[in-house]
Amino acid sequence: MWYKKDLLGIKELSQKEILTILDVAKNFKEVAARPIKKVPTLRGKTVINLFFEPSTRTRISFEIAAKRLSADSLNFSSSSSSLVKGETIIDTALTLEAMAPDIVIVRHSKVGIPHKLASILKSSVVNAGDGAHEHPTQALLDAFTILEHKGKIEGLSVAIIGDISHSRVVRSNIHLLTKLGAKVRVAGPLTLIPPGFEKLGVKICKSIQSAVEGCDVIMALRIQKERQGRVFIPSLEEYYEMFALTPQTLKYAKEDAIVMHPGPINRGVEISSEIADSPRSVILDQVSAGVAVRMAILYLLANVKEKQDG
Amino acid sequence: MILVKGKKEVEERIESLASELLEKVKSEKSVAIIGIHTRGIPLASRIIEYIKPYIAVEKGQLDITFYRDDLSKIAPNPVVKATKLPPIDDKVVVLIDDVLYTGRTVRAALDELIDFGRPKKVYLVVLVDREERELPICADFIGFKIKVKKGEKIDVKFPETDGSETSIYIRR
Repeated sequence: MWYKKDLLGIKELSQKEILTILDVAKNFKEVAARPIKKVPTLRGKTVINLFFEPSTRTRISFEIAAKRLSADSLNFSSSSSSLVKGETIIDTALTLEAMAPDIVIVRHSKVGIPHKLASILKSSVVNAGDGAHEHPTQALLDAFTILEHKGKIEGLSVAIIGDISHSRVVRSNIHLLTKLGAKVRVAGPLTLIPPGFEKLGVKICKSIQSAVEGCDVIMALRIQKERQGRVFIPSLEEYYEMFALTPQTLKYAKEDAIVMHPGPINRGVEISSEIADSPRSVILDQVSAGVAVRMAILYLLANVKEKQDG
Repeated sequence: MILVKGKKEVEERIESLASELLEKVKSEKSVAIIGIHTRGIPLASRIIEYIKPYIAVEKGQLDITFYRDDLSKIAPNPVVKATKLPPIDDKVVVLIDDVLYTGRTVRAALDELIDFGRPKKVYLVVLVDREERELPICADFIGFKIKVKKGEKIDVKFPETDGSETSIYIRR
């Protein structure tokens, strides 16, 4: 059974709730293989994608998920909206709610905006990324992909490499992986690892070699080139030398270790083309998993809401 | 719980249902036999065992959860089982379920089936018809007709799904 109105972060989820989402997602994965990739489950429901930050893949993934469930989905992006005319986020959200959507998917560059909206709106709210805080659906699709390839999460060693400071993906993943019993290590330039990060229950490694040694899963994070004006690393070339996933650095991992990346990838910065295109790369499986996991979340949230109303 | 049909009687009836079905479809090149989760599946596997020496059979299973018309009224059971269907275009399809009651499950199953293709013909086999339909749906092959009061439930049991011997109970 599912009782939560909103999906705001992995931190708030129990192990059981995480497993429920992953279980339901398995069935939706199967729907994607049908000749008609659409089920009538959420017919008559409305899903609004409220994206205050540019996003293509997450938004499209949510949109496909909603459409395959027969929900009506529509997009609202900040550049084309009344936000540029000076409306506050809360007024925008209340205006949208007056049109009675069932689920609102929110992405914002500020931490906590989805939580704030969830406390105001009657609609269910899904956090599609808030600042460097959480990106729960990404962590869930990562876990789904790991399960597909490794059959379990408990006991696995997972290395996450890259810009730890600015990554919401890493925080959600750490919460999820540790709740399901994996051991997580992180590595990256020291300027990109926040102080006290080990309090989240992860091991901080100084080099990529020590991070990937004996690992089952290696996740590269995107180096956000657009942030490099603010000088956290000397140069992209040096980053590649020190922290990129390449055939050389992966020699230290287990032979059957899988390579993941939340996308979009920067070839030649955090990952070499040989690795990105190698059989051990599951990056495109992550994209497919994203649709299934998001369908599962929409399905669970759309139905819990009815239960509260009734 | 009151036992209404015991193992021997149910097993014999399933066999005669299978033979009635075979009589109807024996001129076909093949049939697709599809069990509806949960207890349509063990019932389908018994019918398949019986008829496969005589005719080519393709197996399938259907979970109708995503096609229910009452998802908004019930607290959803997030446990959805797999739907696996053989190609059904221009095939004779036999849908199998344990109990036929309101007809809503069969309506959902037909809608789901039709999203996978266009069968030449669809038959419905049920072990128990408890009547009181809410939709204009009827079965082609019926094991037992059992009338019960509203609020009472018919429980069909199979070793695979219930860990007890094949039987039919009424639960008050």
